[in-house]
Amino acid sequence: MWQAIWLTLQLAALTTLILVALGVPLGWWLARSRSLWVEPVAALVALPVVLPPTVLGFYLLVAMGPNGPLAPLLAPFGLRTLAFSFAGLVTGSVIYSLPFMVQPVRNAFQLIGDGPLEAAATLRAAPLDAFFSVAVPLARGGILSGAILSFAHTVGEFGVVLMIGGNIPGETRTLSLTIFDYVETMQWGAAHALSAGMLVFAFAVILITMLIARRTGTPQT
Amino acid sequence: MRRILLAALAVGSFLLGHSPSLAAEASIAAAANFTAAAQEIAARFQAQTGHKINLSFGSSGQLYAQITQGAPFDVFLSADAARPAQAENAGLAVPGTRFTYAIGKLALWSADPALIDDQGRVLRNGDFTHLAIANPAAAPYGTAAVEVMKALGVYASISPKIVQGENIIQTYQFAASGNAELGFVALSQVLEAPGGSYWRVPENLHAPILQDAVLLKAGEQNRFAAEFLAYLKSPQAISIIEKHGYALPRAK
Repeated sequence: MWQAIWLTLQLAALTTLILVALGVPLGWWLARSRSLWVEPVAALVALPVVLPPTVLGFYLLVAMGPNGPLAPLLAPFGLRTLAFSFAGLVTGSVIYSLPFMVQPVRNAFQLIGDGPLEAAATLRAAPLDAFFSVAVPLARGGILSGAILSFAHTVGEFGVVLMIGGNIPGETRTLSLTIFDYVETMQWGAAHALSAGMLVFAFAVILITMLIARRTGTPQT
Repeated sequence: MRRILLAALAVGSFLLGHSPSLAAEASIAAAANFTAAAQEIAARFQAQTGHKINLSFGSSGQLYAQITQGAPFDVFLSADAARPAQAENAGLAVPGTRFTYAIGKLALWSADPALIDDQGRVLRNGDFTHLAIANPAAAPYGTAAVEVMKALGVYASISPKIVQGENIIQTYQFAASGNAELGFVALSQVLEAPGGSYWRVPENLHAPILQDAVLLKAGEQNRFAAEFLAYLKSPQAISIIEKHGYALPRAK
């Protein structure tokens, strides 16, 4: 049980780190670019909100397998498949939680408007400098909300993990899978303990994001 | 106000229309390994009697957990004998209705036509990275798979390579997609989709997989459920069960 909790926290933390690195530039581009591709890309990013996790899990299983498109990339590392591994779960989780990171970040960047950035430009700040010393600090509420939501969403992930994980202790047996197993095998005392913990955790996360939104004035997503 | 009442009425009648006990039909909860056979038997039964059969599949453990919480199933087709007996002891099933409808056969299967020979030597070579089994805690075919590996003395060495499906269908899918090179699945699944290579696991390597059926309390008043159970013992049903790679207990 503790093994599953620890594994889940590791998975969520690593996923969130990758998502911040990926989501901030992507959210920036979506907020600022005038390209025709903005809305199609935004829709693509948002897909996991709508798609059943089974669909995502199924495609990931096929894509990660020895006959899938990722196989040539894995072969140099001596890997046949990315399924049944922690790396595979991280990959799946990043895709699955991407909209929860990108959406608040995009909103936050949009809210800044052109003013502060034009002011930075008149002060001769290079675009990259303006991005890091003006835009990112102003959007910190959205970035923080996105990170918290991504972390929580990954902790609560079930369908994708079920489809590609293989239920390996210490590797892919996460908290939600452990609860599922407890329920299936009628160990409901243990299932209750974990589920109640998740309930408290979920409530705390939602409450914290709402408080952040209130303090920073970022609209909730 | 009238509009609200009408809307409430519409919602209510919609919900009632989905209540399973009102129509000429029966709901069957069946272990995942029996999927193909159950579908064929249900189709035949429907064609002959006109009664509708609703089939739900899952691991025996999952279905049993649902039954304890009042799932609206009339009949339980487990992949083991223990859970139907447990259901009877817990007052969830009608006493005296239990019988063995099939004896499961285990197979070691790979999508790769060259991987498995007729002796299952690959288990001793260990020449693979992932072997899929069904979750032994919830699925009897998974329990049997573990027994086989222990009987062959290879469990300790294979153990780190084991990946678990939640039920036997997912286990098959892990192997069919090639993510696991091979897996312990039900012979019925292997016969269903020819291809790859497989080893029929000798039955002396594991405890027999006695698959028991039982009439549940929810189906006690449903004569279609009783009719279906009777049909499951008919020569037509038995020939379908045997065709799908199961054995049947010898008549006493």
